[in-house]
Amino acid sequence: MTINFDKALGIHVQALNVRQQRTQVLATNVVNADTPGYKAKEIDFRAALKTANIQQVGVSRTHAGHIDGMPQPPTYEFYRVAEQPSVDGNTVDIQQEKAAVADNSVRYQSTVSFLSRKFSGLTAAFRGE
Amino acid sequence: MSLFKVFDIAGSGMSAQMLRLNTVSSNLANAQTYSTTEEGAYRSRQPVFQTVLNDFNNEDGSKVRVTQIVESDATVPMNYMPNHPLANEQGYVFGSNVNAVEEMTNMMSASRSYQNNTEMMNTSKELLLRTLQLGRG
Repeated sequence: MTINFDKALGIHVQALNVRQQRTQVLATNVVNADTPGYKAKEIDFRAALKTANIQQVGVSRTHAGHIDGMPQPPTYEFYRVAEQPSVDGNTVDIQQEKAAVADNSVRYQSTVSFLSRKFSGLTAAFRGE
Repeated sequence: MSLFKVFDIAGSGMSAQMLRLNTVSSNLANAQTYSTTEEGAYRSRQPVFQTVLNDFNNEDGSKVRVTQIVESDATVPMNYMPNHPLANEQGYVFGSNVNAVEEMTNMMSASRSYQNNTEMMNTSKELLLRTLQLGRG
């Protein structure tokens, strides 16, 4: 019998990755809050989680002249619709971003505690006490 | 761990805002400088921000950078001060076109954006530390 961590930990590992990705997207929005023409991005969590399980498959090259073909990663990012677009074309609403960051970090921490509980469940099983 | 990249992203924003604050302080410091010629007058300097676009293989985050610093083309005030040591033959000196009110609002905006970036950094640091505690109870 082998222990499969992927099975034991469930979807939470992928969820953690997507949360990290979202943090990065939100950080980009915050950083570009003063950049003219920047369009605020957001991640569709459900779609991102779905695609997180799909393995990336490349195309094998049988000739030196072949182009290394990697399929485009599925898109789950979308542009936010600005409540109040500004004259310089920037669509970042810093209040919205802050709310999203708070939301994301709470959800991230809950995923971390889910994982923590999974681990303590596993250690309890190992000890057999 | 893409959370580490947040540090890079927020850091780029902080340095860009710091440069903006730098130009503000330079503008305010030179608000009262005079010159004999119109060309020699101090003109208000403003940084131009731009998103750093990733190469197509890269991940979601993109930084910000200052591409150039442009000088304001607002008219330079011409003052009649015949006793000024820098006055030209007609008795005029050329002041700077710095608008102190604009600069002050610019300063407040820059410092708020800087704070937002530090907050972003703090949040991702907290998340990272939480992740390090994973499995400890």
